Amino acid sequence: MEEINYTEMIDPSLTEPEEEGGENWVFKDLFRSKQKYVTIRQREVPDHALHSSESVKKELPDGLWVKCEKCNQMIYHKDLVKNLKVCPKCQYHFRIGAWERINYLLDPGSFQELFADITSCDPLNFPGYQEKLEQVRKATDLAEGVVTGVGNIGGVPLALGVMDFSFIGGSMGSAVGEKLVRIFEYAAENGLPVVTFAVSGGARMHEGILSLMQMAATCQALNRVAEQGLLYISVLTDPTTGGVFASFASQGDIIIAEPGALIGFAGARVIQQTTRETLPSGFQRAEFLLEHGMVDMIVSRKELRNTLARLLRYHQRRKRVINQ
Amino acid sequence: MKNGSKYSLDFERPLKELEKRIEEIRLFAEEKQIDMSEEIARIEEKARSLQVEIYKNLTPWQKVQIARHPKRPTFLEYIDLIFHGFIELHGDRLYRDDPALVGGLAYLEEIPVTILGHQKGRDTKENIYRNFGMPHPEGYRKAIRLMKQAEKFGRPLITFVDVAGAYPGKEAEERGQGEAVAKAIKEMTGLKVPIVVVITGEGGSGGALAIGVGDRILMLENAYYSVISPEGCASILWKDASRAAEAAEVLRITANDLLAVNVIDEIIPEPLGGAHTDPEEMARTMKERILENLNAILDQDPDALLAQRYQKFRRLGRYLEE
Ligand SMILES: [Zn+2]
Repeated sequence: MEEINYTEMIDPSLTEPEEEGGENWVFKDLFRSKQKYVTIRQREVPDHALHSSESVKKELPDGLWVKCEKCNQMIYHKDLVKNLKVCPKCQYHFRIGAWERINYLLDPGSFQELFADITSCDPLNFPGYQEKLEQVRKATDLAEGVVTGVGNIGGVPLALGVMDFSFIGGSMGSAVGEKLVRIFEYAAENGLPVVTFAVSGGARMHEGILSLMQMAATCQALNRVAEQGLLYISVLTDPTTGGVFASFASQGDIIIAEPGALIGFAGARVIQQTTRETLPSGFQRAEFLLEHGMVDMIVSRKELRNTLARLLRYHQRRKRVINQ
Repeated sequence: MKNGSKYSLDFERPLKELEKRIEEIRLFAEEKQIDMSEEIARIEEKARSLQVEIYKNLTPWQKVQIARHPKRPTFLEYIDLIFHGFIELHGDRLYRDDPALVGGLAYLEEIPVTILGHQKGRDTKENIYRNFGMPHPEGYRKAIRLMKQAEKFGRPLITFVDVAGAYPGKEAEERGQGEAVAKAIKEMTGLKVPIVVVITGEGGSGGALAIGVGDRILMLENAYYSVISPEGCASILWKDASRAAEAAEVLRITANDLLAVNVIDEIIPEPLGGAHTDPEEMARTMKERILENLNAILDQDPDALLAQRYQKFRRLGRYLEE
């Protein structure tokens, strides 16, 4: 198992109560979480996660050198994993799986998967789809293209949807849509903020119009989250395109992008073929979107946990603590 | 294409040949001053039953051809034929007015409504002006503005969907086309007035859904509605866009297919030969169906309406759950 030093990743401010001034307002949960944090040093991962990191290991055995896709730097695999799959030389963010993300982001042992039993079927009897599903399930140990559940970040409880590109390009079909809808509804019912991590080529073609309808289903479920005054943070990772970008992923109260992530609706190649326009360098990259006002911030993977923790704390419901 | 022919689609070639024969006979009879009306009537009858036969058995790809027919009536024509007192409202108040998406106020009989629709051009010049009916983000943002306005004044919303797909353009991306589409979809799911959607021609993916969420979704007989264009699907699936006809089959994009999975509520029949052969008749039928569907939801309590709309889109997915 790869070791990730959680203590290194924690915002020092997390151990201090923020703001308050002379008032008696405190984040009760925060204090609880702080304590929990301090006492739990060992990494605690759910069974699923162990399973998943083992499968990653299968592909990339220890001692293997990995070449950075951007700067060609040779990186010792173990170092790459320790660095959250970010190239130590050029900061290129390698794509990571849903479970890897959950493992490094959430407070150890806090994640509880929900709606894991919702999986894709082949409603259109689409050529090759059933085989593809079987093959992908075998190759990835994933049941579906998104992992949903609840957990804590910096002690703040939240609902979570994390997509995985290795499952048919992170495409959104009925099951992915349904799981997201369920987690949004769950968040609304239980008063939890929601964070999604998008990584997707778009709607899943193999389920035809039913995939398109998931754009409406996920968007409307987000209305329920909003009606409860709950925070929704959308994190866009490489790539977030098509029907996923054009639905829930672009509708966050706060939108965060990972550095260099490809984000857009129409594909660059199609644009070039159709319009013969020359596309500027960095077109549809996170930095381009920030410049054009489409995302709130770009946050490197290493900083993401801190940033999320801080944002979540900003939106925690305050409880008056009487005579602590 | 022969000048003046009623038929222009590939699968109408047998009809075109009969039409040509009738024309020849007519000229011959005129020239020779003989009465051949019986013969002509016989061939006309034959042509008609052949046409019925052809149109009864259209393949999905043939329907796509009809949906994309250059003469297929556009939103502005339907506005004239279905509504009265139309006042077009322009602009998104953010960047510019998008002529690819038209919106405004109109009366449906005596009901004041807000109407929105994709607007294709009726010739090359207009198509360039209207970007072939493919909105930029400002088109969707104008739609959002008019939706909110409809809600504010309690006007039902009626939308007409006819778009090839999202516009693949640099500026559309720069100005956040994905966000604009998503916002429009999201607004429609929560809009507190009745919404009737009519898919009149092409229901091209996200660009269609952006004004395609509603309480009643009606679809013309030969329209199609798809997550991806048949060409796009074919090039992904078989690396060959020319196999679009096959893709049109496997994607299940016809009105019948969509009715079967509850994505639409009703199919509106087209005149024989497609909507373009008789726009007036098409509009008459559409008006009647829109009115009936709107009347059924017009006086519903907004909360109940929204709850139903939520469930409607909530239940469309097909998946396994152990
Ligand atoms: Zn590098």
